[in-house]
Amino acid sequence: MFNGVWMKTFAELGFPGRLIAVEGLDGSGKSTQIYLLKRWLELQDLKVFFSEWNSSDLVKNATSKGKKRELLSPNTFSLIHATDFADRYERQLVPLLRAGYIVLCDRYIFTAFGRDTVRGCPPAWVRGIYNFAAMPDLVFFFKASLEVSLHRILEGRPALKYFEAGMDLHLSTDPYESFRIFQGRILEEYLAMSTEFNFLVIDANQPIEAQQAIVRDLVAAKVNLKEYKLHKPIPLP
Amino acid sequence: MKRSDRIPVQTNPRRIVVPKAKPRQFYGLGVPGMDVSKLGGKLIVVEGADGSGRSTQIARLVEWLEGCGHATVQVGLKRSTLVSEELDHAKAGNILSRTTFSLFYATDFADQLENIILPGLRAGMMVLADRYIYTLMVRDLVRGLDMAWLKNLYGIAVVPDAVFYLNVAPEELVERNFAKNHALDFWESGMDLGLSRDMFDSFLKYQSLVAIQFKELQATYDFTIVDGHRTPDEINIELRKRIESVLAGK
Repeated sequence: MFNGVWMKTFAELGFPGRLIAVEGLDGSGKSTQIYLLKRWLELQDLKVFFSEWNSSDLVKNATSKGKKRELLSPNTFSLIHATDFADRYERQLVPLLRAGYIVLCDRYIFTAFGRDTVRGCPPAWVRGIYNFAAMPDLVFFFKASLEVSLHRILEGRPALKYFEAGMDLHLSTDPYESFRIFQGRILEEYLAMSTEFNFLVIDANQPIEAQQAIVRDLVAAKVNLKEYKLHKPIPLP
Repeated sequence: MKRSDRIPVQTNPRRIVVPKAKPRQFYGLGVPGMDVSKLGGKLIVVEGADGSGRSTQIARLVEWLEGCGHATVQVGLKRSTLVSEELDHAKAGNILSRTTFSLFYATDFADQLENIILPGLRAGMMVLADRYIYTLMVRDLVRGLDMAWLKNLYGIAVVPDAVFYLNVAPEELVERNFAKNHALDFWESGMDLGLSRDMFDSFLKYQSLVAIQFKELQATYDFTIVDGHRTPDEINIELRKRIESVLAGK
């Protein structure tokens, strides 16, 4: 909701395509689930496109420069990621949805809402900035317990990046502790958003197959998949 | 112009004036963690098209203000360490769409706001801005972006103490741009808008659209419109008078 107006979904805006987004903490298993969903749709010969978060080189340069030099404030962090999203939205997502694809997004605007709000940006400001983007037709939220998610990410003791660990928030001088607190706050934001934005909440503590069965059922119920058949190529003479 | 031709600057130490403070505010939600009551100094914005005389006027104002004992700092668009290079590349290639461009500029603005403007004001300096959010908003409005969206986006900006808009007719701007650069600029001619394939024609149309948008914004943002057709001296005298009243807390 922005300024008392519901942002519309792609279907409500008359796009032929449909956008399905997955959200959840790192380590919630959402990427596995969206991959399996993609395979299922592809194997039915449907027009499906998986949108990875490949930034344009231009925006990538600025973002990595800012991150490397720790130059970013909450507002500039938010804006540079919004720029990146806008680029991807206008050049990739909108054309695909106009062309009638089922577009699968690993993370959408809700990632920004959660992350930027935790960093201290006013929620209304962040939501206002992203309101050029339509709402997904379906949003799956993979709700795993904080401990499970943290364990999956941290078990290999990966090198956590400064912003990724939320070190700019000065929650702790230990990157791992900082990451834990940061992820915990993001989870709270997700839970608060889940009713506001009608997330389809999936219990991510279940087996992979059990989750995927629910996801496929919901997609089949809410999207008329027959409409998205790939056109058979015209046979060569 | 030689130094001696210019109007004199104040150098008498007894006449140094300490600026009177006025309550400050942000246009909207502001910057997280920034206490607006800690911001002193004065923020003076000069707006206007390329060729309207902005940089000449700012250079002279800096000289005058420093002569009067005020510390100054200057900001302008596309000067942030964060994204200015990338913005140049983007402009050269015309590869970003309008929302992306708009947010890229907003990032550049936010970076300078937090790293130059706000620290300058906190230190009690005179911050002279060679254009501000209004130019950015006008460019986006001409390209069809939504006013409510822009107002929210630029709600991070602090309200200036004075905004001067140097108003120069498009026909005059063309001549000044030819005299200075021997050519018209792609973006200042609004060539991305497809108003005309003829650059001269597009420049006139685009600059007229920009002027109309500025006048519309004036109602909301209360700029002082300064007649930019006069000599640089005449304009500078008017700006000094107006800034003197700003310094007096009026």
